[in-house]
Amino acid sequence: MAVFEYAPAPESRDVVDIRPSYGLFVDGEFVDGAGPSFKTVNPATEETLAEVACAAEADVDRAVRAAGKAFGPWSALPGAERAKYLFRIARLIQERSRELAVLETLDNGKPIRESRDVDLPLVAAHFFYYAGWADKLAHAGFGPDPRPVGVAAQVIPWNFPLLMLAWKIAPALACGNTVVLKPAETTPLTALAFADICVQAGLPAGVVNIVTGAGATGAALVAHPEVGKVAFTGSTEVGRQIARTVAGTGKKLTLELGGKAANIVFDDAALDQAVEGIVNGIFFNQGHVCCAGSRLLVQESVEEELLAALKRRLGTLRLGDPLDKNTDIGAINSAEQLARIRSLTEAGEQEGAERWSPACELPANGYWFPPTLFTRVAQSHRIAREEIFGPVLSVLTFRTEAEAVEKANNTPYGLSAGIWTEKGSRILMMADRLRAGVVWANTFNRFDPASPFGGYKESGYGREGGIAGLEAYLDV
Amino acid sequence: MSRLAVRKTYKLFIGGAFPRSESGRSFVVTDAKGGFVANAARASRKDARDAVVAARKAFPGWSGATAYNRGQILYRVAEMLEGRRAQFAEELGTGKKAALEAVDATVDRLVWYAGWSDKITAVLGTANPVAGPYFNLSSPEPTGVVAIAAPDDPLLGLVSVVAPAVVTGNTCVVIASQRSPLAAITLAEVLATSDLPGGVVNVLTGHQRELAPSLAGHMDVNALDLTGVADAELAVECEQAAAANLKRVLRPAPEDWTADPGTRRMAALLETKTVWHPLGV
Repeated sequence: MAVFEYAPAPESRDVVDIRPSYGLFVDGEFVDGAGPSFKTVNPATEETLAEVACAAEADVDRAVRAAGKAFGPWSALPGAERAKYLFRIARLIQERSRELAVLETLDNGKPIRESRDVDLPLVAAHFFYYAGWADKLAHAGFGPDPRPVGVAAQVIPWNFPLLMLAWKIAPALACGNTVVLKPAETTPLTALAFADICVQAGLPAGVVNIVTGAGATGAALVAHPEVGKVAFTGSTEVGRQIARTVAGTGKKLTLELGGKAANIVFDDAALDQAVEGIVNGIFFNQGHVCCAGSRLLVQESVEEELLAALKRRLGTLRLGDPLDKNTDIGAINSAEQLARIRSLTEAGEQEGAERWSPACELPANGYWFPPTLFTRVAQSHRIAREEIFGPVLSVLTFRTEAEAVEKANNTPYGLSAGIWTEKGSRILMMADRLRAGVVWANTFNRFDPASPFGGYKESGYGREGGIAGLEAYLDV
Repeated sequence: MSRLAVRKTYKLFIGGAFPRSESGRSFVVTDAKGGFVANAARASRKDARDAVVAARKAFPGWSGATAYNRGQILYRVAEMLEGRRAQFAEELGTGKKAALEAVDATVDRLVWYAGWSDKITAVLGTANPVAGPYFNLSSPEPTGVVAIAAPDDPLLGLVSVVAPAVVTGNTCVVIASQRSPLAAITLAEVLATSDLPGGVVNVLTGHQRELAPSLAGHMDVNALDLTGVADAELAVECEQAAAANLKRVLRPAPEDWTADPGTRRMAALLETKTVWHPLGV
């Protein structure tokens, strides 16, 4: 087969103007933080992008009080007026989408193709979707006049920085809450750009506040007594700590945590289509996806054929400069995450699984990990049980539907699952029995603001997206 | 010549059977004036674990039963309860008129929830218009095994927390009111004769202080209803323990059991599952 070489096609970074330093966004203004400022780096090059302020407890307190002050007038606005602010924000995001996509790729390391074609369109769509709810809450099934909760404390991860911000802020504001949001320590820049969008939209001061910092900043925010609602997306371990902190306070809590999704391929599946779905399932966003299809369950009779096709396909993935429009796999977000992926893959080898990666040259600087596949994986292996959050796929096999269900559900997580078969009744039966909040049949990793997303079991509780996503921000 | 009554031994209800506590313990239940009524079984933490095993075992069958079937069985429970109206009224010991009213309200509540079994999915489910060629449907599903601390309202309160949990397909372990546990055991006799599969509802009598934290920390329990926990410190302790496996928690709040219950309790114990499928590919 002829292989066409690609010439580099880098997206220009001229569209972004990164300031040397950023403050916190509190009460409509950028202010200094009392904590020790930190650097945010481009994970593809390790170059420092900017110096970012760190919010200490007093800064968090100021932000929460600003949000508390803004809550009265904001929640008293007619829904139609709140809606118009959100529509404005959605439009501003569309107008600045190229800039935001490049900024996201620089700060996060994800391929520009994904930040441009997935993240940014979904961010704008999320604001559009929830803008439309702001004046229709009486029709959402929560009673004639559902009330907001108050100040929402929102802590988000680094894998989809701006998208997770949209998932948190859009429904919160539509329902009449005000927010204090803490972006992840390694990816604060698009949240700070969003603060500028709030200014451009003329959003009243204090309705959105952004506090940057690490775990201590998040802990102070979650524990603040004047917060009425806590929303967290991140690891199950931190989710547990937050649930313990919130216990007894009466704060409303939603958690979107880890996953270890099974992607199940039956012998009657359209295998080429399944291969694309498997690749999208685990190598999308370098596998930094809580709902990633990290366990491939393949029916024994097609294992050989499927793995051969999958390996062939992995050989065509292009890893490298995230700003290159041809890049499929970008950089791992941080040195810390890279160390975790390495440690788990080493455990995979030690426990007896067989490791395979395509020939793949890694850039000299930055944090990189090649697409990796493990075969001969047992359910007891750490790589089959623990969330790796990297481009690493564990392959297990099954013979019967019942065995597939048993193995797929054999995890404390329950965020997502995939099914590949051409038989309709089998899809519906499997979808029924899989204990997961999102089931993708003959597709994977699809997202939409109208579609509820969230997990069973230790993948957390509450839903984001759709009508279900309103409940998290209403006093019901 | 007057006949000596045959008294009932009040035992636990686990997996459809009526065992004594494995611990061999019991506790004295008294009437309003402090007079002896019965020795109820005092369940141990081991009994609580056994009850969770029974509830987990019953979950696939009960959640997999048709909604119509679950509705029929709950309606059957109401029928059986109606047939024992006089017995319950006597056992409640609150004065005949109030007791009969409570029994009637309980029967009516069961009938109300029975009817929800095949309607709640249509009310809470959504067809989602996503921006692409995909079928996309969200449906509510039972969360799994629910541990419930029942309120002190011995019959109406008890049924008002158990019915919304099980009508949607969850199975449960319920800690009966510590002060008035006997109606719960008599209710278990009703459940046992209503075609309810064993293990769907398991009833523990005993000390809430001992049983609630154990169930709150149990790693195979999916949700925790603390409605009957009046001790605020105990409620916080249980909510903290529930974080171990991210249980869904219903916090204690004042309840008017005679009011329209709404769908809140059912919704709190349901998950939303969203299924995607491409169109035309």
